[in-house]
Amino acid sequence: MTEKIPELGGEYKYGFKDDIKPIYTTGEGLTEEIVRKISEAKNEPEWMLDFRLKAYETYKNLSMPDFGPDLSPLDFEHINYFRRDSEGVARDWDEVPEEIKKTFDRLGVPQAERKYLAGSSAQYESEVVYHNMREDFDKLGIVFMDTDSAVKEYPELVKKYFGKLVSPSDNKMAALNSAVWSGGSFIYVPKNVKVNVPIQSYFRINAGNSGQFERTLIIVDEGASINYVEGCTAPNYSKDSLHAAVVEVYCLKDSYCRYTTIQNWSDNVYSLETKRARALENATMEWVDGNLGSKVTMKYPSVYLDGKGARGTMLSIAFAGKDIDSDTGARMIHNAPNTTSSIVSKSLCKDGGRVDYRGHVRFGRKSDGSFAHVECDTIIMDDKSASDTIPYNEILNGNVSMEHEAKVSKISEEQLYYLMSRGIPEEKATEMIVMGFVEPFTKELPMEYAVELNRLINYQMEGSVG
Amino acid sequence: MSTLEIKDLHVTIEGKEILKGVNLTMKTGEIHAIMGPNGTGKSTLSESIMGNPAYKITQGDVLLDGESLLDKPVDERARLGLFLAMQYPAEIPGVTNAEFIRGAINARRPKEDPISIRKFLKELSKIMNFLDMTDEMAERYLNEGFSGGEKKRNEILQMMMIKPKFAILDEIDSGLDIDALKVVSKGVNEMRGSEFSALIITHYQRLLNYIVPDVVHVMMGGKIVKTGGPELAKKLEDEGYAGLRDELGLDIKLTDENA
Repeated sequence: MTEKIPELGGEYKYGFKDDIKPIYTTGEGLTEEIVRKISEAKNEPEWMLDFRLKAYETYKNLSMPDFGPDLSPLDFEHINYFRRDSEGVARDWDEVPEEIKKTFDRLGVPQAERKYLAGSSAQYESEVVYHNMREDFDKLGIVFMDTDSAVKEYPELVKKYFGKLVSPSDNKMAALNSAVWSGGSFIYVPKNVKVNVPIQSYFRINAGNSGQFERTLIIVDEGASINYVEGCTAPNYSKDSLHAAVVEVYCLKDSYCRYTTIQNWSDNVYSLETKRARALENATMEWVDGNLGSKVTMKYPSVYLDGKGARGTMLSIAFAGKDIDSDTGARMIHNAPNTTSSIVSKSLCKDGGRVDYRGHVRFGRKSDGSFAHVECDTIIMDDKSASDTIPYNEILNGNVSMEHEAKVSKISEEQLYYLMSRGIPEEKATEMIVMGFVEPFTKELPMEYAVELNRLINYQMEGSVG
Repeated sequence: MSTLEIKDLHVTIEGKEILKGVNLTMKTGEIHAIMGPNGTGKSTLSESIMGNPAYKITQGDVLLDGESLLDKPVDERARLGLFLAMQYPAEIPGVTNAEFIRGAINARRPKEDPISIRKFLKELSKIMNFLDMTDEMAERYLNEGFSGGEKKRNEILQMMMIKPKFAILDEIDSGLDIDALKVVSKGVNEMRGSEFSALIITHYQRLLNYIVPDVVHVMMGGKIVKTGGPELAKKLEDEGYAGLRDELGLDIKLTDENA
């Protein structure tokens, strides 16, 4: 521990940091030279360097988003875009550098793997430091590795899918990620292979003013299924860090993917992510997305329903406390007949936090017989906090149907009175109501995550009754 | 033995005086009934005793064993031994019935000594069985989607689990069919004893055939106008509220009375 950790009301328990000297870093700021250095450090093939350089040009030409939270404090000149802290990806915890291992031990990462996971990886700053897959799943032909390794080991798959769903020109942060990306998970599930236990990745930013630009690519082949879970934390620094991930998920015919994220960044992280999935005929894509912490979050996972009968769902919670601006939502793009989508968004804000829902549902011309359901529920816990619901619907086909419900409320006096009339103190009663409110979300999580999430919300709730 | 004393209670809602000086004393071991026509302030009385912040007490006092409850919030009153079976219990999505009742029991115990889950579930199951409730009711979200009868039974279940000293049952019979009425009554009768007292608020004498009260009060125009034994309820059933009013020579207009 080198710096004293600023107090966050004692709430954020992942705020510790470790004194780790990088083996290699490109230093602060970004130039074409640095993009080349990143590629060189990874010993990449020429085609990936070309992709990066083109993306870098695009990045320079694009402007920042003209909606949502204020991003002006982000100092792009002083971000460290790449740092390497380990010699390579370990398959065994014993090979992970001691200090890094300590960090993940404290986060409970290896313990979780032993208990209930099919596979697990851990990314520290820019690169993945640990990766393992249970042998029985390995034998089924499932590929699970860091994306850097996949570029070398599965170039054909990567070339076919990488950057096809989220092109660098999609938005400025996607362009930046495409130029400097490092780490992330690559998963390929072969035809008809079903993985019923979760595969987990853990992302950790440890240094201050650094950027994490992981790139995740998941391909679920026909009739296959996968359940992927990711968790994210960072220490508290006075300087802001940037997390700009790109995630692309391909669900081929009749396949199933659930992608669960529990993001619990410290309150100095800007999390600006682009997550997108494509679901082909009768495929199902489910996003389960929990956002706590971070200074600013902008994230709108989407599903392109491109095959008939495809299904897309988004279930999210966002909890914005003091100084937090959470601008999240989902996008469901119906491009084929009889596709269905569901967005259920639950938000809470307190102590001056701001939590907005921003959603987009589009019914394309070929979306006959499609259906979308959008439900936004918000609890504003005090007068200092605020919330908006910003839905945007585009309907280009007359033969579709859509439901939209939005509800913004305070903690109900009637509910509070009822619980208290049984002797339950106000603070505990408030917590019960909030826990009940997020229950539809937590019940979808793997048990360990549900327990952890409840604990995190409890921390956030502490002292909420004055 | 405990005593709950209501002294000259005046209560106002939205600037309108509803209770105009109610006096009532109950001791553990006794069952009291309050009967009265619609709009006479019976629910206001029960909510005011319990401490609903929406009701403003302008005069008088509510005392438990000689100590005023007026400056105590609702949860504290509950922990001191008061219970209100509500006419319209709130629905709380995401919180299971069992989780809620366990929370209520633990609120009465030291933090470091919560009730053991096994003991709790055993007790819960026993009482649910007694009240003809199916086991799945324990895992359903609190009152969410419950029928009127299920809600009332659930109030009685909570009462039997929490074991208050003073239970106020606010129109526990409204909307109940005869079978549910019998079950609810069975629950209250089971609680009868030297450590328990109930205040049963009802329009109808019917409920009092199943739970025979020791004392019957008649409330009209925001006051208790007559107190007697169980025979008073029967008399009311025969003669109606208007009859009693005229007999007492009161100048009160009954809400449901035709002009």
